[in-house]
Amino acid sequence: MSAADFDLAVIGSGPAGLAAAALAASRGLSTVLLDEQPEAGGQIYRAITDTPVRDRRVLGPDYWRGAELLGPLRDSGAVHWPGSTVWSVARPRDEDAAAAAGTSERTLQIGLSRDGAASMLTVRHVLMATGALERPFPIPGWTLPGVLGAGAAQILLKTSGLAPSGRVALAGTGPLLWLLAWQYLRAGVALDVILDTTPRANWRAALPLLPGFLRSPYLGKGAKLLLDVRRKVKVVDNVTALRAVGEGQLAAVVYRRGDEEERSLAADTLLLHHGVVPNLNLANATGCAQQWDEGQRCWRPTTDDWGATSVEGVSLAGDGAGIGGAVAAEQAGRIAALDILRRLGRIDRAERDAAAIPHREGLERALRGRAFLDTLYRPSAAFRVPADDTIVCRCEEITAGAVREAVRLGCSGPNQAKSFLRCGMGPCQGRLCGPTVTEVIAAERGVSPAEVGYYRLRPPVKPITLAELAALPKTEADVNAVQKH
Amino acid sequence: MTAPGTPLGAPDVIVIGGGLHGCSTALHLALRGVRALVLEKDHVGRHASGVNAGGVRQLGRHTAELPLTVAAMALWRRIGDLVDDDCGFESHGQIKVAETEGELAGAEARAAELRALGFQHEEVIGQAELRDLVPAIADHCVGALISRGDGAAIPFRTTFAFRRKAQALGVRFQEGATVARVTRSGGVWSVETTDGDRHAAPILVNCAGAWADRVAAQLGERAPLEVIAPMLMITARVPPFIKPVVGACGRTLSFKQFPNGTVLIGGGLLGRAVRDENRTELDFSQVSVNARTVWDLFPVMRGATIVRSWAGIEARMPDQIPVIGPSATQPDVFHAFGFSAHGFQLGPIVGRIIADLIATGRSDLPIAPFHIGRFAA
Repeated sequence: MSAADFDLAVIGSGPAGLAAAALAASRGLSTVLLDEQPEAGGQIYRAITDTPVRDRRVLGPDYWRGAELLGPLRDSGAVHWPGSTVWSVARPRDEDAAAAAGTSERTLQIGLSRDGAASMLTVRHVLMATGALERPFPIPGWTLPGVLGAGAAQILLKTSGLAPSGRVALAGTGPLLWLLAWQYLRAGVALDVILDTTPRANWRAALPLLPGFLRSPYLGKGAKLLLDVRRKVKVVDNVTALRAVGEGQLAAVVYRRGDEEERSLAADTLLLHHGVVPNLNLANATGCAQQWDEGQRCWRPTTDDWGATSVEGVSLAGDGAGIGGAVAAEQAGRIAALDILRRLGRIDRAERDAAAIPHREGLERALRGRAFLDTLYRPSAAFRVPADDTIVCRCEEITAGAVREAVRLGCSGPNQAKSFLRCGMGPCQGRLCGPTVTEVIAAERGVSPAEVGYYRLRPPVKPITLAELAALPKTEADVNAVQKH
Repeated sequence: MTAPGTPLGAPDVIVIGGGLHGCSTALHLALRGVRALVLEKDHVGRHASGVNAGGVRQLGRHTAELPLTVAAMALWRRIGDLVDDDCGFESHGQIKVAETEGELAGAEARAAELRALGFQHEEVIGQAELRDLVPAIADHCVGALISRGDGAAIPFRTTFAFRRKAQALGVRFQEGATVARVTRSGGVWSVETTDGDRHAAPILVNCAGAWADRVAAQLGERAPLEVIAPMLMITARVPPFIKPVVGACGRTLSFKQFPNGTVLIGGGLLGRAVRDENRTELDFSQVSVNARTVWDLFPVMRGATIVRSWAGIEARMPDQIPVIGPSATQPDVFHAFGFSAHGFQLGPIVGRIIADLIATGRSDLPIAPFHIGRFAA
């Protein structure tokens, strides 16, 4: 009799989570798929089951690919708990004692909020498929109403069919920027301008990597999409400076092309995007080791070839382990699931290795050309490391200048920035400032971001109410363990 | 103070540990013209000193600590004079609410005990005054024990202020310096760090917190500390509704609202400390007990959102009071550690005590109960 509620909990129902849960459950692991959204799909396939955008040409075939992952999940026997917010993953308190007594298998405890109630779920293994989030794009005025992330705008389109009206400007760099523009055009939304911030120098750096990209499945689709958009929307290339202006509401976007004079453009909505980074908050708060990825200029949890992290019983697959896109995530999810089957004694090493071969080939195909994209769409330093007057921490309204001042006082990394400035200590838990604070401190100290580190994040990784927390089931031992003084 | 033959610029004292007590010791030494070098294995204020609840509390102290806590309070009231920073110190009192008549009777007895010892800072208040001071308190609370002069400060800012002032007076801080070996020859202590650096000084101070037993072991001294990880949690901002810091007579709680509106909830619930990895693990079954206490005592807080929780690593002694004073086995060694989750308020005075012991050989405060010899095998 196992003490665990499930063998495996998969956290996140994007491509990695869907594929992993289906494979693990179909091979006999009792599997629960946890996701905070009401429907499976993650961000890339958000609202795949019930999007009001029924014209398949609007969101495109890559989006509708997500629907194909749902059947295998249903057939696999995995339990799907949508609307479940995971706020903690940890070893149970009594584990040390149990291990000493030799009575217990190793388990992990998941703190979970579902239908307004918190509970703890005990499982033998956790696969985090937490995906990506948009890299913060701090420009002067980015906190004004009317300025939002392109990713957020895309989610509104997928979930509600909503698109901005009035004068719309898109600014930034990266594949998602062009995809969103293309989807808007398909949906009949007029875009006024795309301000492309891709640095000129990136083309030179990316060129040697072009051969890899020429073999990428994304090449044909990407090129067509770019041409489509460029035919229909005014695109300003080589934008080197950008700010949002307005009194209490966005009124205009001011930009500079190369080293020309600044120009101003009236706008009601400004959508910002310069790529995505791994959503590592849960892995970080669980104690998983992480590393600086110079190629993608972001932190990512350290994993082996099978997605295993430094924490026993915790694996990671998909963009949360390093950006590779939806197809790569799907394959990585299956590879991680096979290793979990091996770890939990369902298959042996040889069976795992053999079963993984087609998925490894698929993964390799999907990652072709990734280095080219990473290099081409790397945001320029000017946008990653903003000027003094730009707010970097929106929750606590801390400017880049304040961070630099703290560095001069002896603040050596993001964790000390928290102590000095409360930077990163608001409700977003560093999601909107972490990468920027790392880069600003590194630049100011003249060292690599690898050296300054990243926030030590803490559960709850998603805010929960005191009422939920207070209502967690408690044993008498829990109450007695509380030290009185 | 400089011993004959000591190279110019060499320290008179090596302080191991850059927490509040280490920084305070270094500052008070510098004020007496004694040159100190602080060796900190991480960075200053990295552990308990930087992340504790910030309570500046005389209320509820062990009787042995009473003279120290009162003397410390005098320093807190003019903390700006000492470190050129107000440390975010605000004094709106600390309160321990009584939920039953029995607890209130216990509070009366405690206040009487303190008066008999000559201390007036704790008083009992009835339900009406409790409501005046804490309008949000639950109806069932019948009264409280209060220390009106108490309050709270910002821990990291405080520790950093001590460091900065000490530095301005010539104290050297070496961060990232983990002590590997302590040896003595020719009346001089030699401290070797894990990266091979050597530092020498005639006098050594052990302010190494949760790692202090390792330093003590180098000196052949028994320091049976327990490594603990007291947990805290904090809410998103809510409109200001409470000024004093609130605890409870019958339950574990420390509850206070910062000027920015966030509410800090703690009080000594323990997570798990992994000191060799500088890491703590939280225990949500315990956090939940704490949340339940707040649910009971502050109905207004039930809808509040918890945005973060954390734990610091520190040392707790078997008898819950710290080690302060000279070594029992070695000459020219002093200890200040094991504050057992209530050392923050004592920081300013403990540094002065150690500096006095070093500079004059005595302290004007009664520190005998804190001697490390009480743990000798």
